[in-house]
Amino acid sequence: MSAVGTAGTAGLGAGPGPAPVRHGRRLRVPFLLAVVGTAYLAVFFVIPLVSGLIVSLMSGNPDDGYTFTWNWGIYGSLFIDPQVPYLTFLGRSLWYGAAATVVTIIVGYPVAYFIAFRVSPRWKNPLLMLVFVSFLVSFVIRTDMWAFVLASQGPVVTALQAIGLAGKDFHILGTGGAVIFGDAYNDLAFMVLPIYAALERIDPRLGEAANDLYAGKVRAFWHTTLPLSRSGIFAGVLLVFIDSVGDPVNSALLGGTNTYTIGQAIQDAYSGNQQYNVAAALSTVLMVVLGIILFIYARVSGTDDLEDLV
Amino acid sequence: MSPRPDLVRGLTSARVSRRGFLAGGGAAAVAALLAGCSIKGSAASLAEHPVDWERFWKDQQATKQLNFANWPLYIDSDHGKSESIQLFERATGISVDYQAVIQDNATFYATVSPILRAQGATGYDLVVMTNGFELTQMIKNGFVCELDHSRLPNFAANAGDSVKDPTYDPGNKHSVVWQTGFTGIAYNPKYIDREITSFQDLLDPAFRGRVGLMSDNTELGSLGLLANGIAPETSTPADWRTAQDWLRKLRPSVTGFYDQSYINKLENGDTWITQAWSGDVFQAQQSGFEHLQFVTPEEGQMMWHDNLMIPRQAANPVSALEWMDFYYTPKIAGIVEDYVNYVCPVPAAEDYVRDELDDPTVADSPLVFPSSEVLDKSHEFRVFENYDEYSEWNGIFNAVVQS
Amino acid sequence: MTAVAPPRATAPAAPATGTAARRPGRHGVNRRGPWLAIVYWVTIAITLVPIVYMIVYSFNDAPTNRLSFAWNGFTTYWYANLVNVSGLGQAFVTSVVIAFLAAIISVAIGLPLALALERYRFPGRGAVNAVVFADIAAPSIVVGSASLSFFLSVGLGTGFLTILLTHVAFDVAYVVVVLRARIAGTSRALEEAAGDLGATPLQAFRLVTLPLLAPGMLAAGLLALAMSIDDYVITSFVAGPSVTFPLFVYGAAKAGMPPQVLCFGTLVFAVGLLVALLNGALNRRLARTRG
Repeated sequence: MSAVGTAGTAGLGAGPGPAPVRHGRRLRVPFLLAVVGTAYLAVFFVIPLVSGLIVSLMSGNPDDGYTFTWNWGIYGSLFIDPQVPYLTFLGRSLWYGAAATVVTIIVGYPVAYFIAFRVSPRWKNPLLMLVFVSFLVSFVIRTDMWAFVLASQGPVVTALQAIGLAGKDFHILGTGGAVIFGDAYNDLAFMVLPIYAALERIDPRLGEAANDLYAGKVRAFWHTTLPLSRSGIFAGVLLVFIDSVGDPVNSALLGGTNTYTIGQAIQDAYSGNQQYNVAAALSTVLMVVLGIILFIYARVSGTDDLEDLV
Repeated sequence: MSPRPDLVRGLTSARVSRRGFLAGGGAAAVAALLAGCSIKGSAASLAEHPVDWERFWKDQQATKQLNFANWPLYIDSDHGKSESIQLFERATGISVDYQAVIQDNATFYATVSPILRAQGATGYDLVVMTNGFELTQMIKNGFVCELDHSRLPNFAANAGDSVKDPTYDPGNKHSVVWQTGFTGIAYNPKYIDREITSFQDLLDPAFRGRVGLMSDNTELGSLGLLANGIAPETSTPADWRTAQDWLRKLRPSVTGFYDQSYINKLENGDTWITQAWSGDVFQAQQSGFEHLQFVTPEEGQMMWHDNLMIPRQAANPVSALEWMDFYYTPKIAGIVEDYVNYVCPVPAAEDYVRDELDDPTVADSPLVFPSSEVLDKSHEFRVFENYDEYSEWNGIFNAVVQS
Repeated sequence: MTAVAPPRATAPAAPATGTAARRPGRHGVNRRGPWLAIVYWVTIAITLVPIVYMIVYSFNDAPTNRLSFAWNGFTTYWYANLVNVSGLGQAFVTSVVIAFLAAIISVAIGLPLALALERYRFPGRGAVNAVVFADIAAPSIVVGSASLSFFLSVGLGTGFLTILLTHVAFDVAYVVVVLRARIAGTSRALEEAAGDLGATPLQAFRLVTLPLLAPGMLAAGLLALAMSIDDYVITSFVAGPSVTFPLFVYGAAKAGMPPQVLCFGTLVFAVGLLVALLNGALNRRLARTRG
């Protein structure tokens, strides 16, 4: 969950912005303030990421222990002619992530638009909260309940079969569609919130102006509202995509034999086979791939400071 | 069409400032520091901590607590309450914390072994593991306590011959059997009209997309071997590849590779036919799914033992021994067996079940108190010589599960 | 779960939204069709399907103690015997304790960091910004796997402590983001005025800044709490022998869920809903009295 709360523009009463600090005494204050937090993040976030890379270069087994051997070959062995097609899993995960992102945009944008523009201010917060109310239940429980609802003997499949839309062999669980649905379901709120925040900032008179200039409803939307909400969409895409690509739970609970994802592979490498180096290598590759995608995404969207999207 | 200038500018302008470079250098230095790190293995850990077991047991005090980790569906249960546990608590005054957290030997081993390697406490006093590689590792690495048989008179008196002195734990130095079980095939006659008699039936195109298999590599591989007429105990790596090919042929029909949840899928109708553990199916029959059937295929079935063991650094090892002794009586074993429907390690329980509990279905079942016929068709898991062999087996059958 | 809606962009004479849409356009009929509303409500309904299922099935009798499809009759047995399932109560308590501790610690660590980032410019600010961003953006599976690699390498045994450490690590980033937004919206004029009235910087911080930021800190703490209590992926890597509620539920989902899990879920849902409604009602009353 993210709080997309950066003050878009400094409204009345906000501070004058960061004070540039020159040398001497004044430097002490921000450093003192920042040191604990920065140190904590350095030790428990940054260093573990490096640690992951280091462990991936270790060789051994749980019996004899693992030692660091600069084993870059592991990356080759995992992706070039491997026993287990990790590359396929990675590609599959990226596909599921992309599909889930598209689904959340298609569903989330109208929802956010509805709350932003079609609802009186009194009801905005409650209706927005309603989107989040399902988060009060643990997401593992929610996903497992979907496994019941979407099962072959569950209400959805039997209903579809009753009205003749599905054959006897029809099943939802175990397909990529089920996994994508699960990912989209769990991340919908992460798309709605940033888009809503962006839409809220749009002056509705712009739409009126567009109408005044002879634009129909659809064109007015396409050329004014949509571009102005772009930052919200981009923020949402970031959150949903990254979350869905690495997620092992939806594919484990809702998927089947052909939906095995890279997230599951990483988990199983640790928990089943105790192949610490393989798991770390897969995790590092995933991180690098996502990092590259993020990088390109940031450049294409033309933002210098990606952090501003958050 | 010339590229958009702003896009080109954005993609190509340099972003690494001097500050960024310094930061990168710092990270590299840290990395070099960490290069000295390694992860300790089990063998090293064992060598460093030898134990005098007689001394150990003499020093132990009795406690009032027992933390018992077991598999699901593995103890008598009525709406969550277990009579055998309640009897134990009443008889000994020990309070039992029973947790059905074990679902898979490999996963459980991967969870507890790092803790045990570091001489830590797992939080469990009793665990149950199947004979196989992980169990052998637990014993070999010194992760489990040696039992004090002077405190287990009931075991000596009542245990069946087949569970005394097993090959994987000579003299029962570290373990006593909790249940023995069979892995065969279960199917749902509501969807499948004909009788199922062989592993080859799994390949039937009518069952496409309705077949369940286990994710446990040892079970999966053994099924593949049996299906090809190969005895797993004496199989070779070449045999394993034959099994792999057969399993790959079966794969398009398979809905999923499940751990304990395979029984849910069979009950739900997501699978119509599945690799299954005997007791699970009988329990399903008793709880609203009477139609489900368990079959011993003509090629044979796997037989395994699940064993009670006391992990090192257990807080209440004396309580654990007490439970072991308490369990090995016809009455308690019978109570558990009547529910669990696996193979009872106490043969005398058969009479108890028939007479006291008045349950001839269970008492007469050849799969709960097996005849020699059934035992003849049963095979044992392959014993791996070393980690590399196990790694090879895993690699081969992992490739079937993950693809 | 807080929605930190940003302050409205300055739009001095902008009417409340809705009027623009309601005014008929001069060109073409500005039909305000029901489609958006339908999409919204259908989406909400779908969102709530598993919740409804959970509530309904928490009342389903289950002779085998495992959740099943078949409706076996209405019963409140599971609510009456909520802690019969060994480990479930413990797991829940562990989750709550870790979440509270993580929230408190991450706010304590995150507040100074947020102040530094938002109010000052210092060498390294960009890098720290990037790290905070990376922390939020990093996928849980990578963070969990990396954390485990780290703990294995340094020989720190996994368990309660490692769960807490990793939870604080990702909570701090969310706290910093939320607090930065609040700090940005807080005027420094009041602190400067305090200074003019003779307060030392520390006094000004304690007596002016902290109270001003208190609602923001609460919001950040609640967010951290929510993120921590529901975390599965990262916790699954670093939990060791400890069991948290999501871990327990995941294991149960594979083996057969005891209905008490659904009861827990229902109760938490009900309590959360109640709190949210009360909060909303309270806010509305306060707004009304303030006029």
